[in-house]
Amino acid sequence: MKPRVATAWLGGCSGCHMSFLDLDERLIELAEKIDLVYSPIADVKEFPENVDVTLVEGAVANSENEEMAHIIRKNSRIVIAFGDCATTGNVTAMRNSFPLAEVQNRSYIDLADKNPRIPDEYVTIAQLLKTAKPLHEIIKVDVWLHGCPPTADQIWFAISELLQGKIPVLPPAYLRYG
Amino acid sequence: MSVITFIIDDEHYSAKEGDTILQVTRDNKIHIPTLCYLDGLSTFGACRLCVVEIEGSPKLFPACTTKPTEGMIVRTKTDRLKRYRRMIVELLASEGNHQCAVCVVNGHCELQNLAYEVGLDHVRFPYLFPHKSLDATHKEFVMDRNRCVLCTRCVRVCHEVEGAHVWDIAGRGINCEIIADLNQPWGTSESCTSCGKCVRVCPTGALFEKGASIGEMQKERGFIKFIVNARNKSEWVHTAHEEE
Repeated sequence: MKPRVATAWLGGCSGCHMSFLDLDERLIELAEKIDLVYSPIADVKEFPENVDVTLVEGAVANSENEEMAHIIRKNSRIVIAFGDCATTGNVTAMRNSFPLAEVQNRSYIDLADKNPRIPDEYVTIAQLLKTAKPLHEIIKVDVWLHGCPPTADQIWFAISELLQGKIPVLPPAYLRYG
Repeated sequence: MSVITFIIDDEHYSAKEGDTILQVTRDNKIHIPTLCYLDGLSTFGACRLCVVEIEGSPKLFPACTTKPTEGMIVRTKTDRLKRYRRMIVELLASEGNHQCAVCVVNGHCELQNLAYEVGLDHVRFPYLFPHKSLDATHKEFVMDRNRCVLCTRCVRVCHEVEGAHVWDIAGRGINCEIIADLNQPWGTSESCTSCGKCVRVCPTGALFEKGASIGEMQKERGFIKFIVNARNKSEWVHTAHEEE
């Protein structure tokens, strides 16, 4: 049976997933070796059970991200923090040095074109957490892939190691923030 | 001048009287990570990255301010030191707002390089995300306190080399920050000569030239040694700088 792999998109810009697609022709090789069971680029509604590896892009920024992070952990054997936002909070967390009310006022009131209103519990969008957090402050993380975004080569290295049943230990050349 | 013989990592070395452990290691191509230390400036011993073990003492000693004594046994690369050095970089990362992806010195940053050197794959302490100010009132330069690691190179170079003493440290503990003159906007400082030495020695993107975009700001940290050497010895020669 092929390894069951998932990718998830929390509080990030999708740049890490773009870099994943930069695997280019290697994607064809990868498609033969794995089952992609959940991903923003696959039409699957619910995060499945019994997943071998999940790559998680983005910081944990809102209530939905937080809930998703716990589901991912529960259903995945190996969780990879995928990129700088998942690892450090990065750009997603730049709002953290301002009080949440100030951030929301700026986004939803000051800059609103029409219907200025801060989303509350009666609005069906996720509530922002007080601060955006790196993934490992919410759930246990097994491997960290750095970079904004991680390069395709770095992603390929990590995936190749995992396919051989190894937990990737990134060589120093692949430890690169930003 | 008397010569001191001592041991670093099981090898014998000799030092001139007055040399620090760090000077001896640099002269002999033994690498010890540093951050606040800069050739040409006074030693400060603040960052603690250069800590070493000395046999007979349970304490750790900063190599940049500790002088060897005859027969001293120094260790620079033990597991305990590696653990502490990583922890120091983690604490620096958690106490500031360091987003490499949007930083002017991305790729040319000493803090970033230290993180790679100590194998910092993630920070185990909770990030504090402190609210820090940015001062863009100077006509040429910007001070972004979010990226400052309080190494005080700017304070020392301004006082010791330029002789203007614009910069100082205000506050205590976690609230420490670098201030201009009497804690006023940099652009209103009457003592600043706009020489740019502070900008060039800053290890991070805390001090940078206006107009520099992400990853564009290259620092030049070796020139202070050149100036100080020229001033003290009247020798206008560039010497290879180990860390650059």
